[in-house]
Amino acid sequence: MGVSILPIAIFTVFWGVVGIVCPFFAPKGPNRGIIQVVLMLTASTCWLFWLCAYMAQMNPLIGPRLSNETLIWISRTWGNPISD
Amino acid sequence: MGAMFRSEEMALCQLFIQPEAAYTSVSELGEAGTVQFRDLNAEVNAFQRKFVNEVRRCDEMERKLRYIEAEVHKDKVPVPPVKDMPRAPNPREIIDLEAHLEKTENEILELSHNAINLKQNYLELTELRHVLEKTEAFFAAQEEIGMDSLTKSLIADETGQQAATRGRLGFVAGVVQRERVPAFERMLWRISRGNVFLRRAELDKPLEDPNTGNEIYKTVFVAFFQGEQLKSRIKKVCSGFHASLYPCPPSNTERQDMVKGVRTRLEDLNMVLNQTRDHRQRVLVSVAKELASWSIMVRKMKAIYHTLNLFNMDVTKKCLIGECWVPTADLPNVQKALADGSNACGSSIPSFLNCIETDEVPPTFNRTNRFTRGFQNLIDAYGVASYRECNPALYTTITFPFLFAVMFGDLGHGCIMALFGAWMVIKEVSLSAKKSNNEIWNIFFAGRYIILLMGCFSMYTGLVYNDIFSKSMNIFGSSWFVPYDDYTLEHSKAFSLDPKASYIDTPYFIGIDPIWQTAENKIIFLNSYKMKLSIIFGVLHMIFGVCMSVVNYNFFKRRYSIILEFLPQVIFLCLLFLYMVFMMFFKWVAYSTLSEDPAYRQGCAPSVLILFINMMLFSSTEPEDDCKEFMFEGQGTIQRVFVLVALCCIPVMLLGKPLYLLSAKKKHVKPEQSNGNVNQGIELQEQTDISEVQPKPQAKSSGGHDHDDEPFSEIMIHQGIHTIEYVLSTISHTASYLRLWALSLAHAELSEVLWNMVLTFGLKDHNYIGAIKLYVAFFFWAFFTLAILVMMEGLSAFLHTLRLHWVEFMSKFYAGLGYIFQPFCFKTILEQEDEE
Repeated sequence: MGVSILPIAIFTVFWGVVGIVCPFFAPKGPNRGIIQVVLMLTASTCWLFWLCAYMAQMNPLIGPRLSNETLIWISRTWGNPISD
Repeated sequence: MGAMFRSEEMALCQLFIQPEAAYTSVSELGEAGTVQFRDLNAEVNAFQRKFVNEVRRCDEMERKLRYIEAEVHKDKVPVPPVKDMPRAPNPREIIDLEAHLEKTENEILELSHNAINLKQNYLELTELRHVLEKTEAFFAAQEEIGMDSLTKSLIADETGQQAATRGRLGFVAGVVQRERVPAFERMLWRISRGNVFLRRAELDKPLEDPNTGNEIYKTVFVAFFQGEQLKSRIKKVCSGFHASLYPCPPSNTERQDMVKGVRTRLEDLNMVLNQTRDHRQRVLVSVAKELASWSIMVRKMKAIYHTLNLFNMDVTKKCLIGECWVPTADLPNVQKALADGSNACGSSIPSFLNCIETDEVPPTFNRTNRFTRGFQNLIDAYGVASYRECNPALYTTITFPFLFAVMFGDLGHGCIMALFGAWMVIKEVSLSAKKSNNEIWNIFFAGRYIILLMGCFSMYTGLVYNDIFSKSMNIFGSSWFVPYDDYTLEHSKAFSLDPKASYIDTPYFIGIDPIWQTAENKIIFLNSYKMKLSIIFGVLHMIFGVCMSVVNYNFFKRRYSIILEFLPQVIFLCLLFLYMVFMMFFKWVAYSTLSEDPAYRQGCAPSVLILFINMMLFSSTEPEDDCKEFMFEGQGTIQRVFVLVALCCIPVMLLGKPLYLLSAKKKHVKPEQSNGNVNQGIELQEQTDISEVQPKPQAKSSGGHDHDDEPFSEIMIHQGIHTIEYVLSTISHTASYLRLWALSLAHAELSEVLWNMVLTFGLKDHNYIGAIKLYVAFFFWAFFTLAILVMMEGLSAFLHTLRLHWVEFMSKFYAGLGYIFQPFCFKTILEQEDEE
């Protein structure tokens, strides 16, 4: 189970604040309801969208197929020097 | 949930207005713009209505204004725009305005008439001057010939005879239009059998036609002939060709004197002409200042009288009765407008506003602000919501840009779109002040908030797809690493990274791992992810739509439909399609290369689609060794139960409502009828004298949502169609959401192809030529990015999103059988006329 608590917590809290806490502080007035709906829908769609991307990669069933040049470049620049 | 959730409550009101206060009251109502008047004289012909004469007067004033405006435009006098809108003039001012317009029109007419006369005069004198000047040359030449013949005559005998002949040689001088010259010449030749001698000279400068102001080119001619008879013939020809003839004295000195005289007269005339022109300019400038405000006043007046024509006269002729729809929230405003109206004309008797009960379906009015208007227009384009039906536009504000962004996901392209939208939103005031006739621009501008939101959401989805102009960003560190050593890397062309050996076991922080962007099997991975994503959001979107129907059933007091329609529908959808979504998540979580249980290894992961098809067909596929057919224990049984329950929902959907209505009808046959009678009685009492005007259609249109009066067979057929449509649509609509994946794939691929084909061309060289090549390549790349990827792809994604909302989402709950509220409002009337 390739789950890390940190990103899930960060995103859930962030979109939770946007979608659940912020609507309580929406400015009063005729548009309060619209603002609340906008916030809640934005938060739920964006959170779910991120979650799908995250979960789809949690347990990869296939790995990327790369050419050796790319792999050499990746190992040099992305900071995992090739083990001898 | 604010104004957007349902259309506003409307009331049908009767207005009782004193005839003298009617004009001012309606004017106030027009300024407020909150009532929609109904035509109470539908059977009266347009020419027989009460205020036809006033409308005619307005038409006449409009005609005068149009004439003045045309004159002002002819002289290119600028018309300043109005700063603050004038109100409709009160009846006393109307007479002043009318008189003023009349006076101005006459003044301008007279001025133009005088100017034409003067110009005619000027034209004639100019022509005469030209004739005199040009003929000078002919006569000088003739004189020479004369001299010649004189010297000859010394030798010849018949001198006397010749002189006599020449003495009788007459001539006619004049001016004719240049394009008529050849025909003119031919005609003269024919009538005189070649005995006319024509000399002509073209005028270099064009002359001005006094009537039209057009430029005309003319030619001066002198025709020499012999004999009186020929002279009269020539004159006839000249008049036929509209040639103007001028007296031209034969002797040289007389001609010189005449030229001098003509010149002085011309100068005088020129002065007079300039003075008239200045005067006209002054008049037009002073008129132009008032022109815009006058035309608004007249148009407002005309609108008021048209509205008054919709009113009915009381039997005693003491008051006007009007009927109108008013949003109940605006009733105080209407009361105030009426009070102001009667105060304005000093009427002692106030006007009344009386709300009446009605069975008629009121118009739909959604109060929008500048943010929601664009979204409301998208919904109204499909069909105006039925009265007080729940309004999908509220949810569309987010679901629309979001679904668009799923297809358009690219951080770079989204950024361009968001910047464009933000620019329009920030410059809103100054941009809307400049009225443009460019239709495409107006469409963009009307949808500025939609564009802004679509751009912002595309940036978010682009970030999650990790796609910026088809490249990825590695911000949080890839979750994949290279487990090979140098030797291995150098001796093989390509490697498939094994998740077991080269995956750090926690996914990339946000979105898709950047390593996939360069992978050869990127599409395989992305397809599997994006297809699942589309189905997940599609199913949720549809369930949301079905749930919205509860709100409607509840509001319209059809609670039985919640159990008999909503419940089977939502169970059907959830048991089959939400279950499929569940399987997708389960597969993501349960199957892993690192799993200890061999049944959950990577090779064993079953296809969700195959599982779903097997579930529907009650069939099975043999699993491979060590693998299991199902994802978890007891899945087969659960699936069988789910399908059976879902199938059981179909007869409930089909028969539940018709049978319920049938039994309800049997129970309530008598009380319902008496209710109806009582209602009608009340209606008749309250609506006194207008009840004849709006008789039967009420009863019919009230039946919008009860099927009480329909025969059972019809209800059955309706329900049958609905059920078949719903069951089939769950499948077809779910499949339809796959367009989210398809367009997203197409967009990503297209932008990658563009990068590889165009921009890479400029990036390969590293010398100075490379710089130039990059310059050119970047130009093309940027152009195609804007034109194809942002504009074309954006438009196509927009249309697909629109379809997903109209068909897949709204078909679940939206009736859209209403008609829109069109208040009587000066602002919209003036805007509409400006557009025309």
